[in-house]
Amino acid sequence: MTTAPAAPTQAPPSGTLNPVVLTWLHLKFQFLETVRIPIAVLGNMLFPSLAMFFFVVPQSQVAQNPLAATMAVAGLSLFAVCSASLFTYGLGVAEDRQLPFDPFVRSLPAGPAPRMIARILNGAIFALFGLVPLIVIGWLFTAASVTLLELLTGIGVILAASVPFVLLGMAVGYSLSAKAALPVVQVVLFPLAFAGGLFLPPMMFPSWLDTLSQVTPTRAGRDLLVQALTGADAYAWAWPVLLGWTAVFATLAVVAYRRDEGRRFR
Amino acid sequence: MTVITVDGVTRRFGDVTALDDVSLDVAPGELVGMLGPNGAGKTTLLSLISGQRRPDVGTVRLLGGDPRDAATRVGLGITPQETGLPPTLRVGEVVDFVGGHFPDPVPSAELLEQFGLTDKTRKQTGSLSGGQKRRLAVALSLVGRPRVVLLDEPTTGLDVTARQALWDAIRQYHAGGGTVLLTSHYLEEVQALAERVVVIDHGVVRADDSLDGILSRVGLRRVSVRTTADLTSWSGVSRGEHRGDGVQELYTPDADALVRALVTSGVEFSDLQIRGASLEEAFAEMVADDNPLEGAGR
Repeated sequence: MTTAPAAPTQAPPSGTLNPVVLTWLHLKFQFLETVRIPIAVLGNMLFPSLAMFFFVVPQSQVAQNPLAATMAVAGLSLFAVCSASLFTYGLGVAEDRQLPFDPFVRSLPAGPAPRMIARILNGAIFALFGLVPLIVIGWLFTAASVTLLELLTGIGVILAASVPFVLLGMAVGYSLSAKAALPVVQVVLFPLAFAGGLFLPPMMFPSWLDTLSQVTPTRAGRDLLVQALTGADAYAWAWPVLLGWTAVFATLAVVAYRRDEGRRFR
Repeated sequence: MTVITVDGVTRRFGDVTALDDVSLDVAPGELVGMLGPNGAGKTTLLSLISGQRRPDVGTVRLLGGDPRDAATRVGLGITPQETGLPPTLRVGEVVDFVGGHFPDPVPSAELLEQFGLTDKTRKQTGSLSGGQKRRLAVALSLVGRPRVVLLDEPTTGLDVTARQALWDAIRQYHAGGGTVLLTSHYLEEVQALAERVVVIDHGVVRADDSLDGILSRVGLRRVSVRTTADLTSWSGVSRGEHRGDGVQELYTPDADALVRALVTSGVEFSDLQIRGASLEEAFAEMVADDNPLEGAGR
């Protein structure tokens, strides 16, 4: 839509507030909204911990091998973050859009960016909460070991790796209804997690799957995370693949937000 | 300049045409009531003016800018639907959140005081009664000191006292120079607040005039009379109904002619009363499918 300049006799509308101020505002209230429903926070922390206890801790050749255990923790951590991102945003955004408060918030004088960025930050905060029990279990019950520096680098990498999934989740959430978003998120998440080597390490893949795997954002994120935690080099294309998907999903998310006009009408 | 300019706007949802070539201008300081049955297109029109949707055809301008531009909306206040307040946030937090979008918001304490919600500041919005939610919703539309507010059914479901209190708040805002566009099914509400009435039905503006203009333009008189003869099909009667107690209510553009005809016909009658039609009656006439406004106008 084109915007003609305001006629000279009209006072031009004063601009919106500083986007940083607006982002902080949205982050503060999104955090409050999330934290007031404790089961959502706890569920986020429980699922990855249970997966650790069921799939990693009982297998001693994985749990007692420092490299394998660290890789297993890395894979599950990334899976936890991806799944939290896709579900929180894919489903959460779709559900929010069906609430009558959503069109109201969209009519407030702020563009899409402060709200989207606040969502990403809010998701990152709760993803970090979800990692805490995983790190503790890995530390107490397996031979996984990292230095403090490796751990901090790993957290940085996992947050960077979560960004494309947050954006993909938003693209789904702004395009579909909550009912449609749920199966779509599941259909997207599990194949990506398998193909990306989050459940089985990619060394066990046949070579065609290994090649395919390297173009997925999950594999790129996993290898970068393993590199940060163990020093095992990621493949050369890992960063470009991750950043490329981030750009693609960011575009999709912005397009979906722009096209969305609140609830769908039939 | 105009505060709101809607020019030749058409908006469809699939097969349904919600708005069909609608034009509407609102000048600064006007208090306009928009009246229409459910599904007439009122809410769709508000969503176009507040930038939530874009028209398929035509243009919408708000305060001289594009309403889809966030900066234009700094001068706009709207009410959320009461059912849509985030239930886990406290009342004070919602006010802070909404006010935080504006350069010079009314301080939360002052606003909540004005709307009698001070003792609810620390309560989660989910615990408020329907009336309190409505008050909070209207308060939220005013927190940014807007130049124009859009009020969608501001007093739906309120008792008389609560409604009066909200009307006072709306009048006070209007007296301070604010522009108001409100929708209502309560004719009484439009009659109490609005200076100008826009009647909208099936996505078309049926009438746009001053309150008095609307009433006189329809020009209907209500003649009620007790008689055994059936007068509802007489010529000059645009609509009539039998009441249970033997009284017939007849709407006619020319009460004098009808009474003259009644007297000369020699039909027995009693309890003759004539008065101008209320807005409700005028409204029913205007939105009746088989009775377009042009037919009733004089």
